[in-house]
Amino acid sequence: MQVQTHVDINSEWGIVAARQAGRKLAREVGFGSVDQARITTAISELARNIYLYADQGQIKIEEVAEGGKRGMKIIASDQGPGIKDLRRVMEDGFTTSGGLGAGLPGVKRLMDDFAIESELNQGTVITAVKWLR
Amino acid sequence: MQVSMYRLYKDMLTSYLRDKSETALYHAQQFSKQMMEQDMSPEETVSLHLSVFQELAEDLPEEVTDSFDLLLEVMIGYGLAYREHQSLRDRQQELESELNVAAQMQRTLLPDKQVDTEEIDFGVISVPAGKMSGDYYHYDEDSVGNFAVAVADVIGKGVPAAMSMSMIKYAMDTLTDKQTEPAGVLESLNRVVERNIDEDMFITMMYGVYYPESHQFHFASAGHEPGFFYRSAADTFESLEAKGLVLGVSPKVRYEERGFRLDPGDFVVFLSDGVTESRVDGEFIERDTVVSMIKERLHLSAQEIVNELFEELEKAQEFQLRDDFTLMILRRKF
Repeated sequence: MQVQTHVDINSEWGIVAARQAGRKLAREVGFGSVDQARITTAISELARNIYLYADQGQIKIEEVAEGGKRGMKIIASDQGPGIKDLRRVMEDGFTTSGGLGAGLPGVKRLMDDFAIESELNQGTVITAVKWLR
Repeated sequence: MQVSMYRLYKDMLTSYLRDKSETALYHAQQFSKQMMEQDMSPEETVSLHLSVFQELAEDLPEEVTDSFDLLLEVMIGYGLAYREHQSLRDRQQELESELNVAAQMQRTLLPDKQVDTEEIDFGVISVPAGKMSGDYYHYDEDSVGNFAVAVADVIGKGVPAAMSMSMIKYAMDTLTDKQTEPAGVLESLNRVVERNIDEDMFITMMYGVYYPESHQFHFASAGHEPGFFYRSAADTFESLEAKGLVLGVSPKVRYEERGFRLDPGDFVVFLSDGVTESRVDGEFIERDTVVSMIKERLHLSAQEIVNELFEELEKAQEFQLRDDFTLMILRRKF
């Protein structure tokens, strides 16, 4: 049975709840303490982005299995303003230089797979997966 | 890799906990280089420390172990900053090598043939402050032996200035053999530059021609740093100035052309403001300084004079050029 958790993000409490759920699942899936902290940081950043730029959205975390690999998937979705220039926000030094934290390039580095889809005035969906080694 | 790192770290920590010796700390410092070479992140280092420590110390209080959760969390941020730094450094290296190729290409735009005539002793040096130069120089002997020289300076620095510089080169190539009078040359170039350059950029230039038949030297200037004219018989330097607007400001500009005779030993000096704006002890050097530096070296060849002047001014500025530096001397031999 695959574990799935949804957390609504509309306050900083939501961010903490998402972190908590993420850390718990990461531990259950079997990640070590460093990877647990990485996954949690990734969730934290994604949830913060929702909270700061889209007001509200959702973090979904689930266990995944594919071709003998096991891992954990994070899906962050919102119905916010969307991102105009994806290439720009994925650039190193773009968000961090403004002191906003790890930013999306950071999330990409913390995880193994990363995908982003964004539509102006529709919202953004970010999917990130970390695989067990 | 992880296993051997674990082993190494365990040995180091064991030895340090036993002796508290500086040697163990020295090993740790060397070890940190190895970790970075292997792309080990700060959070992995913290985690390595904890697992080794847990193995070495029996009955570690729970608070100590728990406190590492906090440290680990904080270190994730440092780890990200570290990786970002690495990727930015790689990108910088990429840009640097691209710029090197561009600078190499730019150098091919400058003339490099040896000047070897009975009558003329010629020398030039041009050194960019950065990788790309906003200075341009030119020299060429036409089919009847007239010798043209020019120095141009794009106002602005770096890549945009360097790109404008190539325009001057191509515009000069389109001049026909008949267009050799300095004022006429500057008028043609001005038309090209005015049409092709951004409003906030402009180019200063001095262009001269030596006619060996008559021993006359003619020149015109587009708002360029005045050169010098050395009269051998009187042992005096004069400023080389002519009226004219910088290139690229107005479509139709007339340039004043001046001329004089070069006697044996006389020479003209063209330069860019990178020479006169050399700063020694925070102060711009005076044009007189340049003159007296040349005067001390009259016995040398034109090329030796410009080389030595550059070396001396470069040294006086502690090898930090603030502007592109171009210096050219054309002397009539005895």
